[in-house]
Amino acid sequence: MSDLPKPEDLAKVKHLPPIWKGWMRTPVEIRSGIYCYGSKPANLEYVGMPNPREWSPVDEDWKLPDNWKQIFLDGLRERLEKFRSLKIFMDICVRCGACADKCHFFIGSGDPRNMPVLRAELLRSIYRKEYTTAGKILGRFAGAREMTYQVLKELWYYFFQCTECRRCSLFCPYGIDTAEITILGRELLNLLGLNTDWISAPVANCYRTGNHLGIQPHAYKDMIDFFVDDIEEITGVRLNPSFNRKGAEILFITPSGDVFADPGTYTCMGYLMLFHYLENLGLDLTWSTFASEGGNFGYFTSHEMAKRLNAKMYAEAKRLGVKWILGGECGHMWRVINQYMDTFNGPADFLEEPVSPITGTKFENAKTTKMVHITEFTADLIKQNKLKLDPSRNDNLVVTFHDSCNPARGMGLLEEPRYIIKNTCNHFYEMPDTTIREQTFCCGSGAGLNAGENMELRMRGGLPRANAVKYVHEKYGVNMMACICAIDRAALPTLMEYWVPEVGITGVHELVGNALILEGEKERKTDLRGEPLPGMEEEEEEENV
Amino acid sequence: MNFVVGILFSGIAMIILILIPWVGVGAFDLRLVFGIIVPYLALATFFVGIVLRVINWARSPVPFRIPTTAGQQWSLPWIKPNRIDNPKGTGGVVVRMIFEVLLFRSLFRNTRLEFRKGPKITYEWEKWLWLAALVFHYSFLVIFLRHFRFFLDPVPAFIHILERLDGFLQMGPLPVSGLGVPEVYITDMLLLLALLYLFLRRLYVHQTRYISLPADYFPLFLLLTLGLTGVLMRYFLRVDLTAVKELAIGLVKFHPKVPEGIGVIFYIHLFMLCTLIAYFPFSKLVHMAGIFLSPTRNLSNNSRFVRHINPWNYPVKVHTYEEYEDEFRDKMIEAGLPVEKMPEKAEEGAGAKEEEEKKE
Amino acid sequence: MYDAGKIIVGLIIGIGLLLFPFYYNAGKAAKAPEPQLTPKAKEAKVCVAETSYMKTSHMHLLERWRQEVVRGGERYYTASNGKVYYKSVEETCLDCHSNKSKFCDQCHDYMRISPYCWDCHIAPKETK
Repeated sequence: MSDLPKPEDLAKVKHLPPIWKGWMRTPVEIRSGIYCYGSKPANLEYVGMPNPREWSPVDEDWKLPDNWKQIFLDGLRERLEKFRSLKIFMDICVRCGACADKCHFFIGSGDPRNMPVLRAELLRSIYRKEYTTAGKILGRFAGAREMTYQVLKELWYYFFQCTECRRCSLFCPYGIDTAEITILGRELLNLLGLNTDWISAPVANCYRTGNHLGIQPHAYKDMIDFFVDDIEEITGVRLNPSFNRKGAEILFITPSGDVFADPGTYTCMGYLMLFHYLENLGLDLTWSTFASEGGNFGYFTSHEMAKRLNAKMYAEAKRLGVKWILGGECGHMWRVINQYMDTFNGPADFLEEPVSPITGTKFENAKTTKMVHITEFTADLIKQNKLKLDPSRNDNLVVTFHDSCNPARGMGLLEEPRYIIKNTCNHFYEMPDTTIREQTFCCGSGAGLNAGENMELRMRGGLPRANAVKYVHEKYGVNMMACICAIDRAALPTLMEYWVPEVGITGVHELVGNALILEGEKERKTDLRGEPLPGMEEEEEEENV
Repeated sequence: MNFVVGILFSGIAMIILILIPWVGVGAFDLRLVFGIIVPYLALATFFVGIVLRVINWARSPVPFRIPTTAGQQWSLPWIKPNRIDNPKGTGGVVVRMIFEVLLFRSLFRNTRLEFRKGPKITYEWEKWLWLAALVFHYSFLVIFLRHFRFFLDPVPAFIHILERLDGFLQMGPLPVSGLGVPEVYITDMLLLLALLYLFLRRLYVHQTRYISLPADYFPLFLLLTLGLTGVLMRYFLRVDLTAVKELAIGLVKFHPKVPEGIGVIFYIHLFMLCTLIAYFPFSKLVHMAGIFLSPTRNLSNNSRFVRHINPWNYPVKVHTYEEYEDEFRDKMIEAGLPVEKMPEKAEEGAGAKEEEEKKE
Repeated sequence: MYDAGKIIVGLIIGIGLLLFPFYYNAGKAAKAPEPQLTPKAKEAKVCVAETSYMKTSHMHLLERWRQEVVRGGERYYTASNGKVYYKSVEETCLDCHSNKSKFCDQCHDYMRISPYCWDCHIAPKETK
């Protein structure tokens, strides 16, 4: 982080690829600040992934098995047979370039291999060499090239510079999805033990303790109890959340980031307060220390690992005998739940079709997954007038909303969070249309790239988002960006500090927690962060004196 | 490989392809080869190639439901869903696909990055690529359909109407005496203009210049040559059209014959067409068929309420709750968390690790 | 999920559309046009230019004549063999080729071309 360039220097980005030297002839240089450290052997061993060993991406020798090339090519063949998407995406790209300037990493880095089309061509060139006649005969003239050690390194370097955000896929006339190519590319790399430790460590943790951060059950409870104390201090109301409780109606699963680090913790306090508020209205909900992770870093490893980690959601729901599952604010968690979970680990026929116990609303759109997004749940509560809210408690905030890539382009959850924000805040402004909703920009740190050692990459990738925030900050005085993703909450504060230091990050349910009027609460002087509420600044100072 | 090499490679390939029928028919009078054998081979290659390609795609399943959602999902009754860009069922998908295939909806979204100092980053209006693509494809379609007058006898009315509309300007190719007929087809001009734009854009835009392969220049050159020979033949180096039609009808009726007196330019034009259709199934041009099978566009976003089946779903090794509790039981008890087994009982059960396997 | 049924149906529709010319013509006799010469034309042996040129380019000649006559007032055309013709559709062309339906229309109908000659010019009366 220390050698991270100054923002004004980093912002000097050239989008002019070399004119005379083609990319196949340009060797890849693995640069510090861009790459993440290689996975440690213990983390691969724990989950039985191949080729555990000490290695570093900058080493000449990556300590691969002798037959690495065969393993890679066999893996590619197997995936072509298993995924129609891969076959189609390998065959039909016309290189129209519509995707090229849509990728946040290309915008922020100018590295031509970060154009989605070229990221895909890295793999496509191998495919052509192996599977097409033209590629075999004409070689480079047909855009084909031999799979070599250098090519492998190039694939690794660039598949870990894609956050699987799917923005390119939105603009592609054929819907070619670089996320799909990156996911499968990473699967192939994982056959050779080529993961990053920022991904493989959470995977191993999640497998063992149920969550990415490796929080053990007693510690998980401790952390939540700590929030309960904080909430009591702020509101005077004592909550009593339950854990691993059999026979509860609803199981709540959220990313462990919400339990662990600011500002996610405030979002977590928001959930706790909401659940407490609803208890009197008939909510019967439990947390789980085992299914204590909504996110799924397995998804950044392979489909199989995604399935292995995802399995505990239904398993725990079944063990506890709940009726349905409520899911917290998280990005890729919801892509997995929406597009994969039921296929992976369903059918969840031991659960019931979700019905809000407070409003009676049937969540028909979750009929078979039996899992409801908390913003769907809360938006329904607000619409049915079940919540007493005081939006003025968020009056010190001028809020904008960052659509996280996965809920936007892998689900379409756009209005629910906005509805909640508009009902809990008085000052809300959208960023420009080309940077929100389905066209939203990634935080630059998704898909397991939110490490410390690749900070330059993250700041570059986050530039388009930060730039849009800066625009509303300057135009409307926006000082807080809401989001519904735990990786956002972990990554965006750093990004904002770097590019737009005046803007903070909040989860949507932190705003709910602040606005929600609990029964029997005392007059609140501070928000959940312990900062004085609007109009309370002076009292706060007096107390301090 | 830089763009010069790419263009040279494709350009040379193109020149050779033009010379083949020129020499073949012009010098050796191989009209049978270029009038009958090559067209049949090209047709067979096209149809067999396309069918095999699509079947090859179809043999791989769609294991997961991965539509790119481009609008509000269907959730609560009072939130207005975007039924086309985020379809919940087949109807929406059909409309979405029609928009994609007929109007190039996704390409219409296109923007252009403006990266100025500061940085000030904006995304500007950019519909030229969309427009050129649309103009090219529709011009090609109209020209393709117009050519049916060579293959169909009698010529159906809709072909005739299309032709009249296309030539409604009643303008000759050149405002010179003797070049006032036949009337210029609008699509001929649009096709050539669009192709020229697409070619120049490939060179002019830094990103596309960098990513372009010979396989990107070649189809453009091929289509340009096809178009130019057609234009030449219609307006300047005229051939005996009834003879051409006799040849064409003979081909589709499987009574092939090569009439006398058709100029070499026709054989070059025909050979370009044969190259195009034979090249089709093995090149990026298969996007014509592939677009229909693209899983990010042709699936509804319904996987939360209709279970999507993965045919190769297999059981995986998972970490069960029992294993978890076995590891953390003491700490859980100490923290007051409920457990399945109390410690003394756990002793017996600890060895029996069950792996929970899920069956499809 | 394979959706094999949908793909096969799609493939059949797609291929079916492309094969349209093959089955549209099936079973119909392919008659090539046979333009007939009137006795007068036969007797003349040569037209105003060579037959191969007339086959591909008569419309250009006619259009040039029209320009020259209407705009330039030049009414005489010297053929390559030195013979001079009066530039007129009705008086020169149709003088020999007085059988429009058996001569002009043969090819024009075959190609379904409707030249705008007859928008102004009067077609010759044919004795049937």
